[in-house]
Amino acid sequence: MDFLSPTSWAEALAAKAAYPEAVPIAGGTDVMVELNFDRRRPPALLDLTRIGELVEWGTDGGLLRVGAGVTYRRIIAELGDRMPGLAMAARTVGSPQIRNRGTVGGNLGSASPAGDALPPLLAAGGLVELASVRGVRRLPVAEFFTGPKRSVRAPDELIAAFLLPMERGRHQFAKIGTRNAMVIAVCSFALALRPATGEVGTGIGSAGPTPLRAVDAERFLAGELPWQTGAGLPDPLIRRFGELVVAAAAPIDDVRGSAAYRRHALSVLARRTLVWAWEEYRREGP
Amino acid sequence: MRVSCRINGEQREADGVWPGESLLYLLRERLGLPGAKNACEQGECGSCTVYLDGLPVCACLVASGQAQGREVVAVEGLSGPDGTLDRVQRAFLEAGAVQCGFCTPGLIVAVHDLLARVPAPADPDIREALAGNLCRCTGYEKIMEAVRLAAAAPPSAPGAMPVPAPGGPR
Ligand SMILES: Cc1cc2nc3c(=O)[nH]c(=O)nc-3n(C[C@H](O)[C@H](O)[C@H](O)COP(=O)(O)OP(=O)(O)OC[C@H]3O[C@@H](n4cnc5c(N)ncnc54)[C@H](O)[C@@H]3O)c2cc1C
Ligand code: FES
Ligand code: FES
Repeated sequence: MDFLSPTSWAEALAAKAAYPEAVPIAGGTDVMVELNFDRRRPPALLDLTRIGELVEWGTDGGLLRVGAGVTYRRIIAELGDRMPGLAMAARTVGSPQIRNRGTVGGNLGSASPAGDALPPLLAAGGLVELASVRGVRRLPVAEFFTGPKRSVRAPDELIAAFLLPMERGRHQFAKIGTRNAMVIAVCSFALALRPATGEVGTGIGSAGPTPLRAVDAERFLAGELPWQTGAGLPDPLIRRFGELVVAAAAPIDDVRGSAAYRRHALSVLARRTLVWAWEEYRREGP
Repeated sequence: MRVSCRINGEQREADGVWPGESLLYLLRERLGLPGAKNACEQGECGSCTVYLDGLPVCACLVASGQAQGREVVAVEGLSGPDGTLDRVQRAFLEAGAVQCGFCTPGLIVAVHDLLARVPAPADPDIREALAGNLCRCTGYEKIMEAVRLAAAAPPSAPGAMPVPAPGGPR
């Protein structure tokens, strides 16, 4: 096995172009499990942990741009106030040991429907930035996934960063697992209220072949929320939102839970996060 | 490949390393440092926890090539060269938080890190910090006691090796 250890982004892209079968490794919290258990024997590893560009974050026009190699630990510590939904999700990932190494880039790279960073990125209207020696492209996170563990990333491309709009909103994330810590989601849900534009964003985790948006639920809620008066939400509205979120999901029965349970849990998560986010909006404004 | 890095304050080298093997394998099988334990090899049990550049990580999930030039501190590095135990190690002994001892080295590193960040942790802080360390024997109550005991003791036993603050490429 070859071990490629580029120290700059340009070098990394050149290496990926020359050696498309090389498997990128960032925190290694997904890759190493596969190697340790002989599930994967790639001809080469492409280590991304020495590339300064990947661990930086900053602003890019109206967007916040976060390098693919920024760890969960740093998202919580450095970006909690700017990306509250993502930070909430990051706090539920694994253990401190996993959060010290694991990255959002790796979560995108694995493209698991259960990846906890993915629903908040969907809800916040995030973009993924892909790069290769051929150039750079940005696409909505929702267009990145093509199936379980599959994405539009080409063999010569690497994930450079993700980007989120900087407008302040009310973001929530909730996850169901069999215990509080160190658990892969049975299902999860992220909600973003964006008062500045009157939009609503959603992200469903672990209840479909990819992380999903509940587009009808978003449209319904954006139209019905009493943004101006900030009045309390009537029960039927909250329930209807839950139903529309469930309608967008496509869960399966598996070892972690039945499809029926996932549908039920998802409606509860949708209602809860809506109430939390709306109460926060009423209390603290946009 | 050849991997060289600082381990417990000493420059170490290993030849013939398969790049996909873990830092845990490198430590235990190539460098004869059996402190970090191998139980699950999938990041679930925390028994392999070591500091890598000042942050506790599962050594089983770090590719050995990724450790090149980095600074590793395992449980052996927390006691002094003369064998003086760190306050966390002493507290585990005093509280009887060790039964078979398999989880202990990983727990000691995780607790050492917790107390460096949160000098007087409340119980929920302790539980959150130790969520990635499994123990099959103790039922965790003695471990909780050990952490409270260590937190109450004066920091860092004399002679114990200081762990570098997280820095460099994060
Ligand atoms: C014990 C344990 C608990 C876990 N708990 C959770 C959890 O609660 N929630 C959750 O979502 N996940 C969890 N995970 C999974 C894992 O930690 C996350 O998916 C993490 O985000 C992966 O990041 P990484 O940097 O470690 O990725 P790596 O393992 O380094 O890489 C993952 C994948 O992404 C690719 N990749 C990485 N970076 C790039 C890049 N820049 N460009 C292109 N491809 C790239 C790799 O080739 C690989 O296919 C857990 C894992 C373990 C071992
Ligand atoms: S052996 Fe590394 S976490 Fe279990
Ligand atoms: S003392 Fe035996 S596993 Fe913890």
